[in-house]
This record gives sequence, structure tokens and C-alpha cells, in this order.
Amino acid sequence: MNASPADLPLPRTSLRRRAEGTSLPVWLVFALVFVVAWVAAGTRGGDFGTADNLRNIALRSVALGLVAVGQTVVVLAGSLDLSVAYVVSLSAVACSVVMTGQTGLIVPGVLTALLLGVAVGLANGLVITRLKVNPFIATLGVSLVLRGLLNATFDNFAGAVPEEFQALGYDLVAGIPVSVVMLVAVVAVTWFLLHRTPFGHHLYAVGGDPESARMSGIRSGRVLVFAHVLCALCSAASGVFLASRLGAGAPWVGPDGGYDLESIAAVVLGGTALTGGRGRLLGTVAAVLILAVVDSVFNQFQADPFLRTLVRGLIIVGAVALYAYRGGRR
Amino acid sequence: MTGALRRVPAIWLVLLIVTAVIIWRNPSFAEPLSLLTFLKRSAPLIVLTAGQLFVIVTGEFDLSAGALITACVVVAAKVSAGDPALTWPVIGLLALLGAGVGLVNGLVTTLLRVPSFITTLGMMLVLNGAVFLWTGGSPTGSLAPEFRQYGRETGYAVAVTAVVVAVAWLLLHRSRFGHLALATGGGTRAAALSGVPVARMRIIAFVISGLSAVVAAILLAGFAGLSKEAGAGYEFQAISAVVLGGAVLGGGRGTAGGAVAGALTLQCLFTLLNLLGLEKPLRDTVQGVLIILAAAFAAYRLRKEQ
Repeated sequence: MNASPADLPLPRTSLRRRAEGTSLPVWLVFALVFVVAWVAAGTRGGDFGTADNLRNIALRSVALGLVAVGQTVVVLAGSLDLSVAYVVSLSAVACSVVMTGQTGLIVPGVLTALLLGVAVGLANGLVITRLKVNPFIATLGVSLVLRGLLNATFDNFAGAVPEEFQALGYDLVAGIPVSVVMLVAVVAVTWFLLHRTPFGHHLYAVGGDPESARMSGIRSGRVLVFAHVLCALCSAASGVFLASRLGAGAPWVGPDGGYDLESIAAVVLGGTALTGGRGRLLGTVAAVLILAVVDSVFNQFQADPFLRTLVRGLIIVGAVALYAYRGGRR
Repeated sequence: MTGALRRVPAIWLVLLIVTAVIIWRNPSFAEPLSLLTFLKRSAPLIVLTAGQLFVIVTGEFDLSAGALITACVVVAAKVSAGDPALTWPVIGLLALLGAGVGLVNGLVTTLLRVPSFITTLGMMLVLNGAVFLWTGGSPTGSLAPEFRQYGRETGYAVAVTAVVVAVAWLLLHRSRFGHLALATGGGTRAAALSGVPVARMRIIAFVISGLSAVVAAILLAGFAGLSKEAGAGYEFQAISAVVLGGAVLGGGRGTAGGAVAGALTLQCLFTLLNLLGLEKPLRDTVQGVLIILAAAFAAYRLRKEQ
């Protein structure tokens, strides 16, 4: 920590690298898990490396991946969002209720879902910045509000999406699922926002130290609200995907997926600091893939779902301990 | 008058208002017997909140508390299989389990430097997975009446809660440990530099939280019985209660009295929403709005104070 003149990072890139870190270790862990999974499945006569299975792993990553991308943005800003699971449900239900199985209503359905996402994001952001409520409590409260409204209005799958819309969940483009292309696009746009725009720099600054960010003329509140809108928008996109995949939306699709806590776990597993200001979006992507590979192996061996939950817990804590250990030695 | 009013912690005013509305809608609530019954039902949340408070004032979270409650209830049923003679051995076993879980949470958070949000989230997954892996997916066995009496009989439940609250108050506000725990969360670096064993404070806080979950589990098993989702969501209720009681997430601020008032307010709120005959799901909505409003109010008061 002692800054000797030799330590002072002069080139711009090294300053940035130091603040934002690198996602390389997470990808190395992913490679390791991937190889181990392949070998394990191979020795047990499973088929891990087939195009079919790889496609499945990618597909499995879409729903959590979209939410986790959004969660990364808010965590980088030093906040967090516990309402994402119910935003997923809200958007899935809105999507299928508006579409009611009619092809002509696909665009209004998707727009409604995304707009609702924006509204929830705004609510989260404003409660946190204007009412000065701790993000944990604010988004927990908003998630309770959404849960109540959803469960009071719907008690089963509601509405339906037209067959054409199910293409998003099932079709392939050049052998790649459409939804995976969508995930890649969302990651690309978010990456650009984070690393190539003033908003991205401000976001890292606000997450690193809100007070100094404010003193240097950044409108911290505005940045934080925008981060929450982005997060909710990503979660809404995940809900749209799930509606197309399931054929309709239900109030429990979000919470049953455990997207709230799992997305935060993925963000941290991806090397982003929960305290904000440090981390990489691509690390989160790698973390989501790691969880999907592990899931796929468990499916292949038809292991007990409770064993899967247990192992998931150990992996998350173990990996984060590993980063902390490496970080501590630096 | 207004000056004196302003010195009363906000949460007591909120509790007073909610209680007044309940009594207005249902005067019999004010009768001693129904008040005691209310206290009995609040007992698990109050106890769990008192434990969570210690973790929060040292600057951490314990998300595993709810899963630990479920684990305790399921383990007690499976091990004792309804045998009354095993009541105390089982309670001893649960205490070991709770202390062990707290110890692991504390060691992983402090020695391995994993953020407690992740540590205890992982612990929640591990506990949920392990317990149901062991019982084959659904709870088995049963709980003897001798085990359940502590939560089921109002006298026991209220007495246990009173003792827990008194111990929490003494520990946080009248002991060296509490002083150092508050210092740990208030300014970790300053505390560490002035010789506070910061890591040890946090580990002890996690152990306290684990033990409080055990007591809460015994109380909850008393009146709610054996269920797969016995403790689900309790950790969030406890954290909300602690925050309603004026503690700050991030540590350094918090009082035992406030936390208890927070837990009572939350439970009063459930009672009130029930009383108003609101559809069950809508109770969640109202609860969400009120948690946000109460936290916003507390934040507003804090800003005016400074």
C-alpha cells in the first residue's frame, strides 16, 4: 500500500487495469471446471463434449446470465438488487398476458415487459438515492411489493405466447440458440457501456467512493438510478426469454430460479467486489458458465438435487475464498 | 415536549402507532392474555433478531439463519423421532450445531476473507442441501410434546424470550464485548489499530447468531411444528427488524431495545394485515411498502440529527 515513486502508475491503461481488474482468473477456473467435467463425464460414459450438450449448457446460462449482467452493473456501483427474481416473474407474466397467443401482439408484449422493468428499476434507484434507504432493504421491500401484487393477481400460468415467439427460446441460428445470441448482444452492449463510455467510468467511480465521486462533479444519484434501471431491464429481458421458453409466464418463475441470490453469487464468483468499484463484467459471464457446467454434470449423473445445492454452496464460498487469498497476497 | 419526543427512537413511535391501530380495530388485543399469545408468536423472530443484531453491528450479515432454523427443526425430529427422553440431549446437539455453523461462518468470513453475504449464502445452500440429502427430501420423524412445550406454552416462550433479550442487552450495552463489537463495525481499521481483536469479535457474533437460530428453532417448532420450510425467509425478516430498529447495515450502530421493537413492529404488522382481512399475498406488498417507509423515516431522522 505504501506508494513509492516507482509504484505510481503512469500509463493510463495500468491505472484502469488496477481499478477494474481482470477476469482472467475466473476464465481459468472455468477452463479447469470444464476440463474436469469433460473428463469426469467421459470416464462415466457420458457425452459432455457433444454439440448438443454444449448448446444445453449455453442455453442454461441465458436466464441467469441476463440477470447476472444487470446485477454486475449495480454491484459495481456499490449497490445490490434483491428484487431481480420478481422482476423476472413480472416481465414473464406481462409478456404472456399481453400477447395472449397472438402473433401481432409480440412487439407490444415485449415492450410492456421491458417498460415494467424500467419502472421497477427507477423505483429501486429513487428509493435508494432520494429516500436514502439502504439498497438491501430498499430492493427487499420492492421485491415484497412485487411478490404480493403478482401472487394476488395470478395463481397459475397466465396468458400465452404465440408459437412464433417461442422461436426466441428454441430456434437456432447457424447452430447457435437465438437466446444465446441475445445474451451475447446484451453482454456486448453492457461491456461497451461499462468500459467505453463516461457512464461506465462514473459507475466505477461511484462504486469505489461515492463521496469523492460526488466531489469530482459526478452526479452519483443519477448514475446509481441508471444502474438500477439497467439491472431491472436485464432482468426483464430474462423474463421475456423465460416466457418464450415456457410458453407462458407464472408468478413463481423468478423466485423458483433463485435468481436474486444466485445472480449476486455469480457476480462475486466472477471476481467483482461486493463493496463496489472493482470487477469485470466478463468475470460474471465466466461465473455463470461455471455454474451451468456444474449443473450439466449433475444432470448427466442424475445426482440428487440436494447434493447439487450443497456442492453449489461449497463452490461459491470456495472460489471466493480463493480470490480473497490471491488478492490478499498482492 | 417535541424535544423529548424527538429523542424517542423512531421505531417505538411506529410500534405505538401500529399497536394503537390494532387495538382500535380489535379492542380484545389489549387483553393480557391475547398480548401474551402475541408475544409467544413473536418469540422466534425476537430471538433471531437479537442474534442477527450482533452480526450486523460488527458489520456483517447472516443469511444462513433461516436455513439453520429449518435444519434444527428437521434434525431434532429425525434424531429424537418423538422420544421425550431425548429432549435435552437433542437440545444439546442443536446447540452444538448452531455454534458450529456460526463458528464456520465466522472463520470463513474472517480468516478466508470471504464477504459474509457470500459465506452465509453458501452456508444456506449447504444446510438446505445437507439436511434434505440426509432425510431423503422431506422431513422425517416427529417432535415430542416435551420438546415442543417451550414454544407452545406461552409461559415458557415468553420467559425464554425475556431471558434472551436481557442477555442480548447486557452483552451489547453493558459489557466490554458489546463495546468492542460496536467499535468493530463502526470503524474496523481504527478498532483494529487500537487493539480490538476484530476477527474474534466477528466470529463470536456469528456464533451468537447461530445459537439464537437454535433457540428460535425450538420456539418455532413448538407452535408451528415440523415443516420443510420452517425457517424460510426468517433471515430477511430478522435483518429487516434489525434495520427497522435503527441499526445500520455496515455496522457500528444498533441497540438491543431497538431491534426488539423492530421485531415486534414487524409481527404487529403481520397481525394488523391479518386483521384487516387483506388477501394473503397483498400482505407482502404492504409489508414491503412499510419496511421501505420505516427505513426512509429512520434515515431522515438520522440526517436531521447530524
